Amino acid sequence: MQKLSKAIFLIFAITIIGFTPLSAQQNHEDEAAHTTDTHEEKSFDAGKYVMDHIADSYDWHIVSFGNTHISIPLPIILYSKNPDLHEQKSFHVFMSSKFNHGHSAYKGFQISHSEQFSGKIVELDSHGGEIGKPIDISITKTVTGLFVSVIILLWLVFSVASASKRNKGKAPTGVQNLLEPLIIFIRDEVAKPAIGDKKFEKFMPFLLTVFFFILINNFMGLIPIPPFGANVTGNIAITLVLALFTFGITTINGNKHYWKEIYNPDVPWWLKFPIPLMPIVELSGLITKPFVLMVRLFANMVAGHMIVTVFVSLIFIFASLMGAGAGFGISPLSIAFSVFVLLLDILVSFIQAYVFTLLSAIYFGMATADHH
Amino acid sequence: MGLVTPNPGTIFWMLIIFGIVVFILRKFAWVPILSALKDREESIANALNSAEEAKKEVANLKADNEKIIIEARKEKDIILKEAKVIKEKIVAEAKEQAITETQKSIEQARQQIQSEKNAAISEIKKQVAELSVLIAEKVIKKELSNLGEQEKMVDGLIDDIKLN
Repeated sequence: MQKLSKAIFLIFAITIIGFTPLSAQQNHEDEAAHTTDTHEEKSFDAGKYVMDHIADSYDWHIVSFGNTHISIPLPIILYSKNPDLHEQKSFHVFMSSKFNHGHSAYKGFQISHSEQFSGKIVELDSHGGEIGKPIDISITKTVTGLFVSVIILLWLVFSVASASKRNKGKAPTGVQNLLEPLIIFIRDEVAKPAIGDKKFEKFMPFLLTVFFFILINNFMGLIPIPPFGANVTGNIAITLVLALFTFGITTINGNKHYWKEIYNPDVPWWLKFPIPLMPIVELSGLITKPFVLMVRLFANMVAGHMIVTVFVSLIFIFASLMGAGAGFGISPLSIAFSVFVLLLDILVSFIQAYVFTLLSAIYFGMATADHH
Repeated sequence: MGLVTPNPGTIFWMLIIFGIVVFILRKFAWVPILSALKDREESIANALNSAEEAKKEVANLKADNEKIIIEARKEKDIILKEAKVIKEKIVAEAKEQAITETQKSIEQARQQIQSEKNAAISEIKKQVAELSVLIAEKVIKKELSNLGEQEKMVDGLIDDIKLN
């Protein structure tokens, strides 16, 4: 009991120290570039705080003491069509620390603060004006989180694979016991009923990869300590690619029956001629299916992260409105709600991974079905 | 808008990474894992089946054993019955033999007694005859001292002979 209360106090203390704008000494080299920043940080901006936690960024912010930001710099990879603006080179690789947390420009590039390109890297002309975005394949926070999750995924799955080779015909051991029930669940409860007993095996590797990829990324997103905590599945680019894979596999495996149902479905002729009403509906359905997959996963994960950070930021909203005492007063409630939402997010992580896999399997089943 | 606009750089990395992950896991992990799972399930099903069969076999064996026991019991009963019959037969035979033997010896004894008796009777007869001859001699000697008496006696004797 005493240990628990000590731990809770420690968490309080760290949170307060981490986020309260203390008047620490700022150690930036370029003072002039961010005098406006110091004004902004005087009062707590909940919207900015929440967005910072769920949005992508060029460096991995760990903690701030006043104006001293501690973050992991990440590689920036850029290709510009105007090499004369960037020291006569078009291809650039450097660490994000060169931008000084977005406060300074480097080699004619800058993290934009303008309405149009907010948060993105832009090219600057010789007068310092923004002229547009370069081709930007930087390893951002999301991509780093992706790498971490993928390493964990590969490690987990390969340890199961080697264990299953080692324990051939024997009882499963260790991490095998953790993953095999899930694998059997995906096979027997998702793939077999949705695709059919004869054709499901072809799609199993993709379905399993998607399920464990989403599940692990969802879980990693819930751990608020680097190198975890990147909002990978709550990034629309990630879910877009996942949905694209499902769409691509569905399209490649679509049989004659599938395409006939789209271009010439079994409906009264006046729904197809002279205006091809049903084909249009079916074709739009082709696009909406992966689109819905993309949006569902993205929105669920963003919402989860957002609610947790909003509850935490409540402390600082109260503190800035009514003084530090109110902040302290509200903190047990805030943290209780945050913990509750985090636990809910564990459930949501499972459900979203399951739903994405199930819907993908259903789409594959529709693409390979013989008859109704 | 930044949140819902997909970032091309992230899409690029995700396409590469996820594509590689799907490919690698498919080739080196999922296929072996799934085949191992299938193998294990099959072996478990086989083991269960063979256990069921073994159970049946044991049950059959048990039934066989019982049959054998019942048969043995029957045989035992039959043997016992036969033995009983034989015993009774033997006893009866023995009895019969004993009876005939006894009868034989009784018969023998009787015959012997009879022959002894006959011999004794004939002896007695002989002695009686001698005695009567002796008596008759004495009587005759005495009677024959007078004539009348002699005649009387001869007459008597003659009568007796006639009677005989």
